[in-house]
This record gives sequence, structure tokens and C-alpha cells, in this order.
Amino acid sequence: MQKVYPFFLEAAWVTILLSVLTAILGLTCGALGAAARLSRFWVLRFIGAAYVSLFRGTPALIQLFILYFGGPQIGIQLDAFEAGVIGLGVNAGAYMTETIRGAIISIDKGQREAARTLGLSQWQAMYKVILPQSMRLMIRPLGVNINALIKATALVAAISVVELTYTAQRYIGSTYKPFEMFLLAGVLYMVIIYVVGKGIAWLDRKVQIT
Amino acid sequence: MTEQTDFVQIRHAQKSFGELEVLKDISLSVDRGQIVAIIGPSGSGKSTLLRAINDLDALTGGEIWLDGTRVNKDLPHRQYEKHINEMRQQIGMVFQHFNLFPHLTVRENVTMAPMLLKGLSKDEANALAEEQLDHVGMLERIDYYPSQLSGGQKQRVAIARALAMKPKLMLFDEATSALDPELVDEVNQVMKTLAEEHMTMIIVTHEMDFAAAVCDRVLFMDKGVVVEEGPPEVIFKKPTQERTREFLRKHIEGAK
Ligand SMILES: Nc1ncnc2c1ncn2[C@@H]1O[C@H](COP(=O)(O)OP(=O)(O)O)[C@@H](O)[C@H]1O
Ligand SMILES: [Mg+2]
Repeated sequence: MQKVYPFFLEAAWVTILLSVLTAILGLTCGALGAAARLSRFWVLRFIGAAYVSLFRGTPALIQLFILYFGGPQIGIQLDAFEAGVIGLGVNAGAYMTETIRGAIISIDKGQREAARTLGLSQWQAMYKVILPQSMRLMIRPLGVNINALIKATALVAAISVVELTYTAQRYIGSTYKPFEMFLLAGVLYMVIIYVVGKGIAWLDRKVQIT
Repeated sequence: MTEQTDFVQIRHAQKSFGELEVLKDISLSVDRGQIVAIIGPSGSGKSTLLRAINDLDALTGGEIWLDGTRVNKDLPHRQYEKHINEMRQQIGMVFQHFNLFPHLTVRENVTMAPMLLKGLSKDEANALAEEQLDHVGMLERIDYYPSQLSGGQKQRVAIARALAMKPKLMLFDEATSALDPELVDEVNQVMKTLAEEHMTMIIVTHEMDFAAAVCDRVLFMDKGVVVEEGPPEVIFKKPTQERTREFLRKHIEGAK
């Protein structure tokens, strides 16, 4: 049993790396998606809305399979890890788009009006007045998105990325201990999620001060 | 295009929200230093008219002029944005619900726009904020957050924030309507001070006494038209239109 610990720790590291990269890509897609959804150009609004409904409306696993197994057919060659990060990141971005957009539109419209009345441009009003306020509102719900995304990294086991879930499955064969293997993976997920959750709560408290 | 000699001129303003025509061919001019009150029942288009002046609600027809410049010019989007931002810097606006920026201190509320738009240094902006806040009696609260202020204090800060841009014209949309009665006076005092300094103002208000005391001219609006306008003595004492009389009668009864 002890023999497997180093492999699990290494796998946990891969899960963490996956999570971090997915979160970064997700936040980027989410910010762009929200900007598109709130754009004054209907084409961009349409693209943003299509992005959200496409990626929220189909299973993440199918999206991963299309990217990883179907990609080569249309000239997209990615290794499993890359496909995992991109697939999960773009998927998470669809959820984050709605989170960020929600936080932005929930700011009272009087705030934008007051800013514009002073002569601030659209962008200045967003940057100086709306975003700082919506930032405070979006940290917690983005935390929920990130929590979901960490758990969703388990899906990439299905395209053989050697992360926690894949590692647990792999060592069932040699140890004949599925209960312990999956429990161990579960505990490691929990530790990761706990630490990230604490970090987000800390960030949330920090921005709320005032 | 015709030359504009009046300081503020609204020519044939027309505004529809879809099917609903809210402003029906309204014209109005205001001289430099003049104070005009707009009164009228709720829903008559007072806010819409005020918000059209700085293009917060764009007119569907008509022209707005300020000091010889057309405010609602016909320009391609990008150029128009630049133009309107410059115009808005010259038009201060005070809202019923203050709309202070809650994430900024009183000081930052006042300094933000001058620093961002007029390139003032931090020191210059601070000096300006202190001067403007002193003017409205809010200097002691300069480092407070809006949430720590009463409604009357918030509104005074909102006035200081607008004045810090050194506007040529101030618009007030029911600046005291959201205040507890005992806080109304402190805001009215500030507006009176501005009147004494000959600030050009257009004031939408429900306070007839204040309008009578401060304004040079009163407009009575109903259903998107100016029913009657004139000096306060005439509008309040001997209005010529039946609709005006009825409104004032109801208003007096309501106030009792
Ligand atoms: N953004 C809007 N969309 C649709 N209708 C509006 C909008 N703003 C105002 N209205 C309508 O225009 C009319 C005049 O409103 P407003 O100018 O706020 O009146 P007042 O300030 O005199 O109470 C009302 O019937 C109101 O419902
Ligand atoms: Mg109104």
C-alpha cells in the first residue's frame, strides 16, 4: 500500500497543475465571454451567448472527447494534458462568463450613469466604477466555479492524463484494493479543495474590507 | 444650422420609448445664471427631459445646445463618444438616489473625475476636493465612505463631486425626494448657495416653496408637454391653465 503513495502525490501534483491552468484559462474565457455578452455589438453578444449555451448544454466529457479524439481529424493535435486543460478551461469559462456577467449587471445602473455624467467614457466607467464593485460580488461565485472545475479535472482520466483519478484506477489492478485507492484519491481531492476554498474565502474577506 | 445665442437651448425635444411618446416637442431656453424649476406630476417626463440634456437618454428628435455647442450632435459613434464626454464634463448632474461610488471614500468620489479627465495631480485634486467639500459643509467627512453618511450628507457630497468638474450647468433631479424631511433643508441650503453664486441650474422638484424662493422661472410639465411657464409668482399664485391649478391644488392637499 505504501508503495503507491509517491505515485498518488505525483498525481495530486498533476491535478493541482491541471486545476490552476484550467482556472486561468477559464477566468480568461469568462472575462472575454462576459465582455462579449455585454458588448454593444450584436455579433459579439450572439457569439458570447452561443459559447455559453454550447458549453453548458453539453457534457464536459463529450467536449473533451471531441477535442482529444476528434481533434486530429480536423488538424488539431494535442497531447492528453493539453487537451485536458483546453477542454476543461473553455468549459469552465462558459460558467464563469455567466458569473462575471451576473456580477457586472447586478451593479445599480445609477453607478454607470453617475460615472458617465461626470464625463467618464464607457471603458473608464467600467474600469473605475463598475468592475471594482462587481469584483466584490464575483469572488464567491467564482469560487464555486473553481470548486466545480477542480472536481471536473477527474474527467481527464478518461483521456488518460495521469492525474489522481487515473492513478487510483491504475493501481486497483496491482493492489486489488479499489476501496482504498479511490478513498485515497478522494482525500487528496478534498485537501486540494479545502485549501483552495480557504484561499478564496480569504480573498473574499480582503476585498470586502471598507 | 442656426446660430445659438441662448446659454442653454432645447429645441423641439421629442422622445419616445418605443410606442410611448414621453416628450412632445418641448422647447426651452435658459440664460446664463438663470435657475429654472420643472414641476409636474409623476410620469410627465421631467426626468427624461433632464436626462436628455446630457444625453443620458438620447432624444429621438430635437436639439440640445449649451453655450454655443450642440450637445446631441450627429457624429459617428467614436467621435460622438469623445464629444459627449467633453460636453458632460460641463454639465453636472445630481440624482435622487445620490449614486455616490460606494467603494470610494468621499475624497475619492470627488477627485476621481478631475484626475482622470482633467489630468489634475493628486495634490491638486485633493486641494480641489477639500475646497468643494468645504463648500457643501462636508470637509470633516472627507475620509468617510458613503455608507457612513446620512442621506443629506450623501447628497451634499454628490453635489461637491459634480461641482469639482467646474460645470457650466447643473441639473438636479429631485435631489431631496429620497431624504428624510429633517435632512431636506441642508441640501436646499447648498442649492441656495449655488443660486447666490449664479450657477445656471435646472431643477426638477416637488418642493414648491423651494422653487418659489430660489427659481427665476417655473415650468409646469404634464404628459410630455410644457403646459405653462413663467416666473414663480405667476405660476404659483395665478396660473392661467386649469391643469396647472389642478396640479397645485392636489399638491397642496397632498402636502397637508
Ligand atoms: N427607460 C425607459 N423605458 C421606457 N419608458 C420609460 C423609460 N424612462 C421613463 N419612461 C417612461 O416615460 C415616462 C416619463 O418618465 P419620467 O421622465 O421619469 O417622468 P417624471 O420624472 O416626470 O416622473 C413615464 O411614463 C415612464 O414610465
Ligand atoms: Mg422623475
